[in-house]
Amino acid sequence: MTDKTLPTASTGGGSPDPWHGLRSLTRARIGLGRSGNAQRSTDVLAFQAAHAQARDAVHAPLDIDTMQAQLKDEPCLIVHSRAPDRPTYLRRPDLGRRLDAESLASLKKGSWDVVFVAADGLSSVATTEGAVALYHAMKERLQDWSIAPLVIAKEGRVAIGDEIAAAMGASMVVMMIGERPGLSVANSMGVYLTYAPRVGCPDSARNCLSNIHPHGQQTAVAADKLAWLMREARQRKLTGVDLKDDAPESTLLQQTPPALDKDTRA
Amino acid sequence: MSFHHTLGGERYGFDDLKGLLAAASSQRSGDELAGLAATSDGQRMAARYALAELPLSTFLSADLVPYEEDEVTRLIVDTHDKAAFAPIAHLTVGGFRDWLLSHEADTATLAAVAPGITPEMAAAVSKIMRNQDLMSVARKIRVITRFRNTIGLEGCLASRLQPNHPTDDLKGIAASTLDGLLYGMGDAVIGINPATDSVANGLALLDMLDHARQHYDIPTQTCVLTHVTNTIEIINRGGAVDLVFQSIAGTQKANEGFGVNLAILKEAHDAAQGLKRGTVGDNLMYFETGQGAALSADAHHGIDQQTVEARAYAVARAYRPLLVNTVVGFIGPEYLYDGKQIIRAGLEDHFCAKLMGVPMGCDACYTNHAEADQDDMDNLMVLLGTAGISFLIGVPGADDIMLNYQSLSFHDILTLRTLLNLKPAPEFAAWLEKMGLYDSHSDKMLPLSPSQTLLGQMIA
Repeated sequence: MTDKTLPTASTGGGSPDPWHGLRSLTRARIGLGRSGNAQRSTDVLAFQAAHAQARDAVHAPLDIDTMQAQLKDEPCLIVHSRAPDRPTYLRRPDLGRRLDAESLASLKKGSWDVVFVAADGLSSVATTEGAVALYHAMKERLQDWSIAPLVIAKEGRVAIGDEIAAAMGASMVVMMIGERPGLSVANSMGVYLTYAPRVGCPDSARNCLSNIHPHGQQTAVAADKLAWLMREARQRKLTGVDLKDDAPESTLLQQTPPALDKDTRA
Repeated sequence: MSFHHTLGGERYGFDDLKGLLAAASSQRSGDELAGLAATSDGQRMAARYALAELPLSTFLSADLVPYEEDEVTRLIVDTHDKAAFAPIAHLTVGGFRDWLLSHEADTATLAAVAPGITPEMAAAVSKIMRNQDLMSVARKIRVITRFRNTIGLEGCLASRLQPNHPTDDLKGIAASTLDGLLYGMGDAVIGINPATDSVANGLALLDMLDHARQHYDIPTQTCVLTHVTNTIEIINRGGAVDLVFQSIAGTQKANEGFGVNLAILKEAHDAAQGLKRGTVGDNLMYFETGQGAALSADAHHGIDQQTVEARAYAVARAYRPLLVNTVVGFIGPEYLYDGKQIIRAGLEDHFCAKLMGVPMGCDACYTNHAEADQDDMDNLMVLLGTAGISFLIGVPGADDIMLNYQSLSFHDILTLRTLLNLKPAPEFAAWLEKMGLYDSHSDKMLPLSPSQTLLGQMIA
């Protein structure tokens, strides 16, 4: 059964890589080959480099200058959660869900159909790269809506959008937020839609689109789905489980799952 | 009932049993988030002294969540086996620790008392045990379960092959499955976390997995980890359901957050039993748990996260599961901050579950916002392997590209089997040898490429 002359599944040595075709089927780290039982040096270093990039994505601050440059002359509001810094933010999700006093006082009550909020979440890189583009795509699709100025929230979790919308008098909120970064993708953005938002809104009252990044769900595709959801939400005056059930392409509209269901929420 | 202990001239008081248990826990961010953690190391030690003096029988008369309002409490109380408890009924928590570690408490003795041990007793004693204690006692316990193979035998370490894909692409999943099989993974289960949690998608994934399993006559079980209500519907539509999966937690309200209750779990269990797909046994439930789940659902009732986690094992054991695993580092740093906290929690969860007679495995894992890395996972897997864990989870290159977190790689589990001289489940090991993937003379998985094996045709 054994044959000591068998070549291994290694990618090295100049022999054709037997995993080449299979690797096109998935971005998973398959066919790595091994030295003894262990991974080869190149693969160990590649993994550690990806981990370093993911950690940097978590800890980098939101690049507000870049976002304002993307907005050109459009107005935006900048707010901060009750989490004063990144280490506190990571340990205290409750603080990331609420506005600090100064930010809350700065928001003026109006009457808007929707407010869009861009928050750093767990990948500020994703928000910096993707949020303004999606905001612009939505303004194109919702020309008959009254849309509040974009709010940029630092050290924010999903639920901070509820308090922002309530303070500004918006009927619904779209939260654009950096998702938990992985090794393959450190810049994935998620979007949460909530109708009639208020402090203490349950996650079951939201609809979610996830995996928005250059190698995942494209901005235009996500914008089309979000526009459909928003029109339905306005007509039926709700978001959450009941909205999901009737959606077209319902396979792509996700419910916010509980935290231990191996989900990827921020 | 209040408790107190004087340490170093200071008298520390604890208002109730919940507060005492929480203060006695080793430090973790989730208890701090909940406002339940000890406020000083002195207070923590005073709590441990007070806890050690407590009779085990205390836990039979003081419900942490009222009997009337919580079906998990009712399950714990109503199914408590007084005869099994009798041999340890006279012990305090401290005495219980000493007894567990004694040579007198051997494999057979520990199996006999398991139905008499409540989650609160297991959690309490674990809080005064060091990591090596948690390992020494767990290693003496054997919880053996069967479906198409035998899991939990001495000298064996099974693995879940987790071939997730961000769009559930069937060929992508098949490629990862093939990769894992070539490393001897998948004897616990070949189990997919679906990116899309729907009945139609679950049916398609199960069909693909079942076809591959039957074609190669692999003595293992497959599973799509979809919501239990989807699995019931998949069974109704004639899907190839081996195992029923569900995430569970330690209170009724937390389970409601997962959209389940004890009745729906029973319905699913009975439906899957009706299919009679097991060949060597009929354990067919698969549960995942993890510290922090109850708090994240605001359903912890003021109980510390380790104790409420142990209550989930009471839910699990009611259904004679094939597999249970804690997803220990997945939930994030707000519950387990760093490698030290994740490692401690993994050892606690494994110990408490085994003590209660639950076939425990572990997803040794972490997220990128936790203060942990692969070195911490190396440490945890060796400690759990030494403690006799039933199975570990492996993903290609330790990188789950769908769930965006890191677990163990197939390489890691192969390394652990070699380090500790552990074998796959015997039926699966025989299949690996029959397929020419494993050489029993050199005791090695052969480094073969797909085209050198029959499995290479798996991806048409």
